Parts: sequence; C-alpha cells; structure tokens
Amino acid sequence: MSSEQTELERDISDKVDDVVEPAHGVDEHPAGDHKHGLTDMGYVKVALILALMTAMEVTLTYLHLPGKVFMTILLVLMVAKFWTVVSYFMHLKFDNKIFTRLFYTGLLLACFVYLAALCTFQFFAPS
Amino acid sequence: MADIAAPTTPASEPDTTAAVALGVEPDIHGMVPTPGAHDDHGLVHGGGDHAGGEHGHATSTGLSNNKLAMWMFLGSECLLFGGLISTYMLYRGRHEGSPSPSQLYNIPLTSVSSFVLLMSSLTMVLAVSAAQRHDDRNTSTWLTVTALLGATFVGAQVFEFTEFYHEGLGFTTNLFGSSFFTLTGFHGVHVTVGIIMLMALVGMINRGKIPGNKAEVVEMIGLYWHFVDIVWIVIFTLVYLIPS
Repeated sequence: MSSEQTELERDISDKVDDVVEPAHGVDEHPAGDHKHGLTDMGYVKVALILALMTAMEVTLTYLHLPGKVFMTILLVLMVAKFWTVVSYFMHLKFDNKIFTRLFYTGLLLACFVYLAALCTFQFFAPS
Repeated sequence: MADIAAPTTPASEPDTTAAVALGVEPDIHGMVPTPGAHDDHGLVHGGGDHAGGEHGHATSTGLSNNKLAMWMFLGSECLLFGGLISTYMLYRGRHEGSPSPSQLYNIPLTSVSSFVLLMSSLTMVLAVSAAQRHDDRNTSTWLTVTALLGATFVGAQVFEFTEFYHEGLGFTTNLFGSSFFTLTGFHGVHVTVGIIMLMALVGMINRGKIPGNKAEVVEMIGLYWHFVDIVWIVIFTLVYLIPS
C-alpha cells in the first residue's frame, strides 16, 4: 500500500511538473525572487535614449514640418518611447509572456474601442 | 485524508490539522492550497515555491498572483485613459470663450516636466534593482528621489493649471477645458497616489514592516509608476505636441 501510494504520488508529481514547467521564455522565478532585466548602467542608457527621443519630439514642434510628416514622426517616436518603457523599465521583455498578453490585450482593446468611437463621431473625416 | 492529519504525523511532515479543521483539504504533499491554486485538471499544486515570494503560495500558473493582478489592472487602466484621451481629441476644437490650445500650452514647461517624469521612471527602476539585491538603503534612497521627481511634476501641473485659469480657461468654460482638465487631472491624481504609495513604502522599508517579498512589493509599485509615465508619454504627444 505504501509503495503504491509513493508511486502514485510520483506519477501525479510528474504530471503537475509537466503542467507547471515553464515553456520557453517563461520566468521560473517571478517577481523579486532574483534579479532580472538590465544592469543599472543599462537602465541609465535606456533613460538617455528616452530623453533623446523626447528632445527630438520637442525640437520637431519648432521645425514647422508639413503636417503629415510631423504627425507621422511624432507618433512613431511616441510608440517607440512607450514600447521602450514597457519592455525595459517594466521588464515585459524579460518577464513571463502571460504578463505581456494581459497588458497588450487591454491596450489593443482600448485602441480598437476608442478608434471605433472616434470613427463614429467622424473624427478622421476631412473637415 | 483523515489519517494524514492524525496526531501521529511525523515531525518532518507538515501539520495539516488546522487546515482540516477549517475544511480545507491538504494535497498529497500536505500543502494547503491558496485560493485559485487549482489547475484545469483539478490538481492542487503543492509547494509553489516560485510564486508569491517568501510566503511560498501555490498558484496554478507558477507565477505571482499579485503580479498577474497588477498587469490586469494596468490593462484595464488603458481603457480608462483611452476613454479620456478620445474624449479630449473629440472636444479639443470646442474652445469657445477661451484661448485656443496652441495659444495656451507652454511647451518648454511641459517638456521639462515630461523629462522629470521620465527620469523618475529611471530612479524607480533603480529602486527595483536595488530591492532585488536586498539593498534596503539604496532602495529607500531611489524611492525617495522618485517621489520627489513625481512631486516636481505635480507641482508643474498645478502651476500650469493656475496659469490656464488666469488666462480664462476653467473646468466649465467650454468642452475643451472640461476634457483637458479631466484628462490631465486624472493623470495628476494617479501621480499623486503613486507618490503616496512611494512614501508609504519608504516608511515601511525603514521600519522593516514589508509583508512577504520586499522586492515584489517594490516591483508592484514600480509597475504602477511606469504605467503613469507611459500614459504621460501618450498625453504629451497627443495633447501638447499635436494641439490642433
């Protein structure tokens, strides 16, 4: 009885491990169990890049570029800054993919819903 | 299960008497599951040392439930700010009775405050890094610097609001004013809440009263703070740099 029980325990334990065992890119030691991400100097470099992109954005507003070019560059810089902060400072690049999916699901849902709402109000229609 | 909880249980095995008394069935390893620790197959994951930090709570994903909840919360916050930004975009041209957005906005001031908030994200991530090294002194220092930078940002926002009010733009002046103050005000409230959380965290670290995994708590507040920063990245571009 005892050996049967031990065998059963081992079998269940193996199955549980199969379920829990992380796939590629999954962090086995979440949230503070160990250090993950960049080094401190790496974070400083990322912050300098972000500061540079902000400086570029502000400079663009004084250059009087054509509207579409100005808008496109600004939006690309905005998305790049957003992605940089989310990926490096919020550690999404190094963390479990579930967190990425949770966050981007909310973000994409918001974008879809409010773009649809803006279209309903003919926001993008030429005036 | 009753025999597992019997008083004859060896000292090396976990005592599950209290769990049985509470009506919670321990698993085959004698671990008591935390709520939500069952997987799709109805199995209870014993151990769960990876999740939940020092408490060792079992989770069905093997990940920290706190962190999952925080990311879900941030995903839902995207919907809140998406609504406020969309409303502003719709009403930014309705500025009857007040100067237009391009006349009102002080881009140099807003650029400096944006830079300050961006740098506060750097100090926040340095605080998280220090917490992961179990370096309490640097963690407290970077958290305090983050709170000070956040306070500077809020101060600049209050100054900006006061200037706008003197120029004739109040909350109820027109639709532009209402949507602008609601959007930036909500963001300012988020920053203020973040500052309060940071200062509370510094106090708790200094008194050694952080429950559970300290690095995880710092990381949770860090996630909130970075989220506030990314929302400002969007507001700065869509509201201030593309005013019309």
